[in-house]
Amino acid sequence: MAGTALAASRVLASDYGRGAGMPWSPMSGEVPYYGTGSERFFSHEERRAVAAICARLIPSDDDGPGASEADVVTFIDRQMAGFYGRAQHWYMQGPFAEGTSTQGYQSEHPPAMLYRLALAELDEHCRSQMGGPFAELTEEDQDAVLTGLDEEEIAFERVSAKTFFDLILENTVEGFFADPIYGGNRDMIGWRYVGFPGTRYDYRDFVGHNGAAIPLEPVSLQGRPGWSQP
Amino acid sequence: MTKQLPRVDVVLVGFGWTGAIFAEKLTAAGLDVLALERGPWRDTPSDFATTFAQDELRYYWRHGMFQEASQDTLTFRNNSAQTALPMRRWGSFLPGNGVGGAGVHWNGQTYRFLPSDFVARSHNEERYGPLPADMTVQDYGVTYEELEPHFDYFEKICGICGQAGNVDGETIEGGNPFEGMRSDQYPNPPMRMTFSQDRFAASARALGLNPFPVPSANMSRAYVNPLGMQLAPCTYCGFCEKHGCGNYSKASPQTTIIPVLMQRPNFGLRTNSEVLSVEKTPDGKHATGVTYVDTSGEVWFQPADIVILCAYPLQNTRLLLLSEIGTPYDPRTGEGVVGKNYCYQVMSSATVFFEDEYTNGFVGAGALGMVVDDYNGDNFDHSGLGFIGGGYIACGTTNARPIESHPVPEDVPRWGSAWKRAVRENFLKTTSVGVHGSSMAHRSNHLDLDPTYKDVWGRPLLRMTYDFTLNDRRLTEHLTPVAEEIAHGMGGAHVKVNARRGSYDSEPYQTTHNTGGTIMGTDPASSVVNRYGQSWDLPNLFVTGAGLFPQNAGYNPTGTVGALAYWSVDAIINRYLPDPGPLVRP
Ligand SMILES: Cc1cc2nc3c(=O)[nH]c(=O)nc-3n(C[C@H](O)[C@H](O)[C@H](O)COP(=O)(O)OP(=O)(O)OC[C@H]3O[C@@H](n4cnc5c(N)ncnc54)[C@H](O)[C@@H]3O)c2cc1C
Ligand code: SF4
Repeated sequence: MAGTALAASRVLASDYGRGAGMPWSPMSGEVPYYGTGSERFFSHEERRAVAAICARLIPSDDDGPGASEADVVTFIDRQMAGFYGRAQHWYMQGPFAEGTSTQGYQSEHPPAMLYRLALAELDEHCRSQMGGPFAELTEEDQDAVLTGLDEEEIAFERVSAKTFFDLILENTVEGFFADPIYGGNRDMIGWRYVGFPGTRYDYRDFVGHNGAAIPLEPVSLQGRPGWSQP
Repeated sequence: MTKQLPRVDVVLVGFGWTGAIFAEKLTAAGLDVLALERGPWRDTPSDFATTFAQDELRYYWRHGMFQEASQDTLTFRNNSAQTALPMRRWGSFLPGNGVGGAGVHWNGQTYRFLPSDFVARSHNEERYGPLPADMTVQDYGVTYEELEPHFDYFEKICGICGQAGNVDGETIEGGNPFEGMRSDQYPNPPMRMTFSQDRFAASARALGLNPFPVPSANMSRAYVNPLGMQLAPCTYCGFCEKHGCGNYSKASPQTTIIPVLMQRPNFGLRTNSEVLSVEKTPDGKHATGVTYVDTSGEVWFQPADIVILCAYPLQNTRLLLLSEIGTPYDPRTGEGVVGKNYCYQVMSSATVFFEDEYTNGFVGAGALGMVVDDYNGDNFDHSGLGFIGGGYIACGTTNARPIESHPVPEDVPRWGSAWKRAVRENFLKTTSVGVHGSSMAHRSNHLDLDPTYKDVWGRPLLRMTYDFTLNDRRLTEHLTPVAEEIAHGMGGAHVKVNARRGSYDSEPYQTTHNTGGTIMGTDPASSVVNRYGQSWDLPNLFVTGAGLFPQNAGYNPTGTVGALAYWSVDAIINRYLPDPGPLVRP
């Protein structure tokens, strides 16, 4: 049947059915992918700047830990080193144009490249206007610069400062709240902070909570630290 | 060079919800059926088991199961004066990919449209007079009464959990008093509701409205469907929408149909095979099969007696345009049909912030909610309101996944300490009353092929021209205050209204309820397919899915998509096979 013709050439399609039942191959469950390993993208300088930006977007303060404790910079670094940083799953063919506010991401640069170019310009801007790279400014000055990016008062030459700001804000929130397997949300700190019980999958006992708090320790995809202790 | 394969009776393009439905019925009728699916094999134990399914970054934010935009996306603009640019990453909607399609990662909110929704033009004109000239609303050509047995069957396949409001004309307390007459109850009782739904229902009742449980494809108890497939009770895990269910608790093609199909010798499935076009006889009057490409770039011709497009509205429209089947729609003249009446949905909401009570949004499920239908369709008097249609107003608790959902009151900045504190204070103490509005067809909103941007195989991307219309704006202005009023009655400390303003934005996720483009109707001059989903031009070509909707109703689409698929496959088996040819003669 068709399968014979297919088998004859370097075909990447797969055939199922014809009464053969449900296919099964051992260990086929895909592990969570890129971003869970220890790949790196940022240079030392870049990493310092990203850590400093994240620390202002989600600060450590009287109310609780922030991006620094959650190690969001490691999360972003690994994301940039993987398929996401390369925009491997995004449509990145030209021509590129600016686009309206309703047309979404239109940068010709994949995220990793956008970070690289924007971080260089950010430090350049901070050096010339405020006397040092972003990471060395006071918190007040850092906030002023970030507000300038957010409100489009600061522009970069080669990339859109606003696109960069929106992206790093999105990635910082991801890194604070994503499962710890990706390198951020260290010790489930982001989840603990807001009271999210993590990757549990059965709440039947709690459906009738009627407005009461449900105090549950969070669980991650790799379990809970308590479980692995002897 | 294109390689020729042996003929099959039927080739299905795409293997999501509709593909599985057609495959099951057609193989049961004895036909030899091959489904071609552009994505990979996908099943519960290997692809979204409970040990790793609850990964918000992977499945929502990195689009683990959706179509990759790098493979194929579309270009978007609000109106034809603008230049359409590619959606470089998905945003507003998330087309499915792989076995099971979007049926794997849907929520499971499974409605029937209202009887009046199927006759939107004639019904509204009769009641309110002529519709505005630019409103290209049409009747479906099929009625609710004709679809009823098929709604009923789809609900039984899925094991829908709900409370009927109208069985055989008898009104039942606690159900939807506005629904069309049902021949039977739902196969399962409603899900258990949480605090937020209780508050919503009480507030809605106090306003004289009629709350009822959202009909859900998340199981309220163990269930065996008519094909013998077993579903397990939902655990209210909250990793439902945009995730696969690792518990066999959500009706999907995988849990309701596919395992049965995989036992049948007359069914074949070929994955990683993307259909490029439908091929025709030289006179253009008959489909001969489809051309597809595998992931190595090798191109194949699969001959078939019947071709059925089950590839989701956007892809179905694009395939017809690329295959030069039917006349492309021209918004300037209003002529042509393919790409006509693209519609979407208009959403708004009111967030309730509680002070002392916890809503615990993580105890949720894709379709866990209470809803009122008093402002949907033509359930209320539209005289003098300047719009037709409406929407449901619901309080669902679907998740509290923290990257996606952390509502904060207005005036809270987007970042910094104040934002962080507001997220902590409100994360477990908010709920939302949402308006899910219909979308009436407008002359200017349409789909065609993009002149500039191409997919990986060098073929034009689909181009979407879409913005909210005057009807949409008036609709949301009328309904959002109702949601706000219900929200105020829920006993929270504060209500924030998220009104629908400005142009349609392709970036933030809204719904994957894209409709139109391959609409059904009674006249070949104004529709792509007849009342059975059969192409007016090529009688052995059928099209299915929400692309058939001439306009979108104020509900989630899949209940009606399922009913239309069963209606259409019934016509193929009982009418087309004995006498192949046009089932409706214009
Ligand atoms: C996040 C999300 C939540 C949703 N929630 C709800 C809900 O609560 N209630 C509701 O009613 N609906 C909901 N929906 C919508 C619902 O999933 C769809 O209505 C339904 O899946 C449509 O079925 P379909 O068969 O038309 O398309 P799909 O199920 O998407 O299947 C289409 C298949 O065709 C394949 N395909 C496309 N092009 C080609 C090609 N050229 N060659 C080969 N294969 C191709 C695709 O890969 C896909 O597998 C939701 C959708 C999403 C994405
Ligand atoms: S909420 Fe229920 S149906 Fe949805 S994924 Fe969780 S267990 Fe499955």
